[in-house]
Amino acid sequence: MRTIQFREAVCEAMSEEMRKDETVYLMGEEVAEYNGAYKASKGMLDEFGPDRVIDTPISELGFAGIAVGSAMNGNKPIVEFMTFNFALVGIDQIINNAAKIRQMSGGQFNCPIVFRGPTASAGQLAATHSQAFESWYANTPGLKVIVPSNPYDAKGLLKSAIQDPDPVIFMESEQMYGDKGEVPEGEYTIPIGVAEIKREGKDVTIVSFGKIIKEAYAAAEELEKEGISCEIIDLRTVRPMDHDTILKSVKKTNRLVILEEAWPFGNVATEITYQVQSQAFDYLDAPIVKINTADTPAPYSPVLFKEWLPNHNDVIKAVKKVLYK
Amino acid sequence: MKKVTKEVYLKWYEDMLFWRKFEDKLAAVYIQQKVRGFLHLYNGQEAILAGTLHAINPKTDKLITAYRNHVQPIGMGVDPKRVMAELYGKATGTSQGLGGSMHIFSKEHNFYGGHGIVGGQIPLGAGLAFADKYFKREGVTLCYMGDGAVRQGSLHETFNLAMLWNLPVVFICENNGYAMGTSVARTSKEQEIWKLGLGFDMPCGPVDGMDPVKVAEAVHEAVERARKGGGPTFLEMKTYRYRGHSMSDAQHYRTKEEVEEYKKIDPITQVKDIILKKKYAKESELKEIDKSVKARVSECEKFAEESPFPEKNIMYDAVYEQEDYPFLPHKL
Ligand SMILES: Cc1ncc(C[n+]2csc(CCOP(=O)(O)OP(=O)(O)O)c2C)c(N)n1
Ligand SMILES: [Mg+2]
Repeated sequence: MRTIQFREAVCEAMSEEMRKDETVYLMGEEVAEYNGAYKASKGMLDEFGPDRVIDTPISELGFAGIAVGSAMNGNKPIVEFMTFNFALVGIDQIINNAAKIRQMSGGQFNCPIVFRGPTASAGQLAATHSQAFESWYANTPGLKVIVPSNPYDAKGLLKSAIQDPDPVIFMESEQMYGDKGEVPEGEYTIPIGVAEIKREGKDVTIVSFGKIIKEAYAAAEELEKEGISCEIIDLRTVRPMDHDTILKSVKKTNRLVILEEAWPFGNVATEITYQVQSQAFDYLDAPIVKINTADTPAPYSPVLFKEWLPNHNDVIKAVKKVLYK
Repeated sequence: MKKVTKEVYLKWYEDMLFWRKFEDKLAAVYIQQKVRGFLHLYNGQEAILAGTLHAINPKTDKLITAYRNHVQPIGMGVDPKRVMAELYGKATGTSQGLGGSMHIFSKEHNFYGGHGIVGGQIPLGAGLAFADKYFKREGVTLCYMGDGAVRQGSLHETFNLAMLWNLPVVFICENNGYAMGTSVARTSKEQEIWKLGLGFDMPCGPVDGMDPVKVAEAVHEAVERARKGGGPTFLEMKTYRYRGHSMSDAQHYRTKEEVEEYKKIDPITQVKDIILKKKYAKESELKEIDKSVKARVSECEKFAEESPFPEKNIMYDAVYEQEDYPFLPHKL
């Protein structure tokens, strides 16, 4: 099978949907003439023209809201945020308008819109540029939240997101755009809300999502050499969450480690922990361990940043702890 | 305004050259991966800082800007060694290594950052002015932003409030032609950014941002108005950045010729020409300045290289004032 980059997978998903559906457009900073700040919309201006691939000034509140309004009136916008750190300037339009308009209007208005862009840290960019917002959005009824970890999933899930009749938050990473992976020619979709077992194992379940899952893969490789077999679940969608896949795995391995790049207070891992203890308490042979970023804004200095961000050694330690090794 | 004397010209020459060379060094050590993250350089825009510093009182007045912020604190009196060390992520840095390139601060020297979110500093600048007015201090705040930042809602809300409350603040747009790859022409029907002041009845106007004298005159007038209770001003400084937006910018949105055109009116060259024409100094004396600037930059680099990295607890200790704040653990 051919291999393509993550950014190409994103570009293909958007382009294929735009070819089929006239109502879809792409809007955001540097998406058109610059071909995307991270080149995820390369060539799209040439193909679709400036009416459908639209550069904006740095006005996140304005264009996020305009996109929501257009979605209430027949469009299916894809809004790119250069990163989700900058979506904070326009988050009112996402939470108060996009997420609520359907229910608040008694189901009169659809809001088929995708907000996409990078989330979480990307090297030493410090406090304002390193935040993970999955749990913020996942906390909001009315939104769906997707965080793929490889090009194949990104393409299939982004196509589902664009086709979805409700607002979807689709989160990428600056550090994944160059990742290569196998992606078949031709169209396919991946359903929203379905996790995938990325590695089968029997001793312990590791749940993760997004770019940080690579640390779980690295840990599993190491642990295998010591005879410890890890099962790795990639959530892929954070909301709605695929509890069944997690529970089934935990009932098999009886041990759970959750790896999430986010601040520790009330995050996605916390929610998984609650669900597992309430539905599989009797199956657990050890308390669940979650691994997150430090409970502080992201520091700049390399030595501090390294301490702040979880890595595969932290996963190895956690796995050994739940195995009492 | 204080007279622009021979000494002022020589100081401008030395300061601007130092800022330029300091940042050239940052670019060099960035390529060696000693400095990481984003790195936004000020090359070409130095006259705005030089002119501003001539017109303000750094003891009472305050500066706040975006992420293109390495040289403003130096101008305000911060030891450049500490700015360099911040970019190296060292304990001796202005934020003890916590902030990095985009987030330089010095409370001691009235430099209020260093802000990474476009437009985020605009209300803060008005807020600094609010407090000065509240406490009846004579300080004026100079709040800088890029041409891209004026398209943020924060500017429009803040302009209205600053006028409504008559705050002692001068808003300065450094129009360097581009916000990343987006030219000003592609962001608005109205390209004269200074005219944004008109809708709020705020005194406003365009300024040649490549000439420190023109900058100083405009800033002086605005600062004095604010100090006397006359409220805010909005100045659009027309300038140019020679380098890419950050270090990874292929710059397809402009031509090499365009950059060369602006280099012809380079602020350092302009000041140098006047010095030589007016015989304020000989070419050989300027060469001496060049040499000493180079040596000072090397000292900064050496200091940053030799400084220790911060202790790990600092990233916790600096979050709250409370000393025993119960942080959650994040790993085993
Ligand atoms: C709210 C927000 N949106 C987007 C960005 C990404 N970004 C950083 S700098 C920049 C361009 C800003 O240009 P301008 O205001 O002209 O300042 P300059 O870089 O030219 O000094 C953009 C889009 C950001 N930091 N914050
Ligand atoms: Mg600009």
